[in-house]
Amino acid sequence: MPVVDYAGQSIEVNEEGFLVDSSQWTPEVAEAIARDIGIDALSDQHWKVITFCREDAANQGTPPGLRRISKNSGVNMKELYQLFPKGPGKLAAMVSGLPKPQGCI
Amino acid sequence: MTTTTIDEAVTAGQATIEETKPEREPIERVSIICSKGTLDMAYPGLVMANGARMMGVEAMVFFTFWGLDIITEKKIDSLHVATVGNPSMPIPTMVGGLPGMEAMATKMMKKQMDDLEIPPVREFIEMLSDSGAELYACRMAMDMFKLEEKDLVPQVDEVLTVMDFYDKSAGAQIIFI
Repeated sequence: MPVVDYAGQSIEVNEEGFLVDSSQWTPEVAEAIARDIGIDALSDQHWKVITFCREDAANQGTPPGLRRISKNSGVNMKELYQLFPKGPGKLAAMVSGLPKPQGCI
Repeated sequence: MTTTTIDEAVTAGQATIEETKPEREPIERVSIICSKGTLDMAYPGLVMANGARMMGVEAMVFFTFWGLDIITEKKIDSLHVATVGNPSMPIPTMVGGLPGMEAMATKMMKKQMDDLEIPPVREFIEMLSDSGAELYACRMAMDMFKLEEKDLVPQVDEVLTVMDFYDKSAGAQIIFI
């Protein structure tokens, strides 16, 4: 699997760009992933989403789907699409250092 | 000028089979036609459109014939599961026709959807609209069912003729449900 340099760390990602080992994630890594997917700087709203995703994944054992994020993170659906225009379903989890969500919603 | 077929190039060792395979282009836009209005036929189109948006693929949904029920203000909250004439329903048709059977099957499906965190249809349509999916109603079906734009939910972007539909579907993969 590819190894990329994120924030000076060698980090293994899968073919789609998701971190293989979620424990390698740091806020600096998140900033680096974000730049890779075309987000220049993470805003407070991005961080609200990322913090929710990581906490929820830690509690549930699986990354949250988009509807769950919109209902519980304090960031609504419309805004999620503005924050991650290339697809919040995948990218919120990717920036949060989590695997690709398995749900369809 | 001489021309070489792919097969000849492979045989002559000028190309490998792998090289001649066209690269698969990712899907950039989907155009989903929802033509049926039962609950079990409404969800597939909505889930597929939403799934496309979740991964950054553009999506439009065209509601036609009975599919208009999905976006009709008076029908949207009362779509039901067909227990008669539904080949996948695991009960005999005669039983499915008994009073109360449709209501029971509908209740069961709604419960299962809720357990899976799949929203009710009205919320689903709101979610799709928020996601930037385009929602269109079919002009001919509207005329047939004597519906006007005010009879539809506010998330519907436009009423289209079939020719408009093809214009809007430019570059899209078309999926019929």
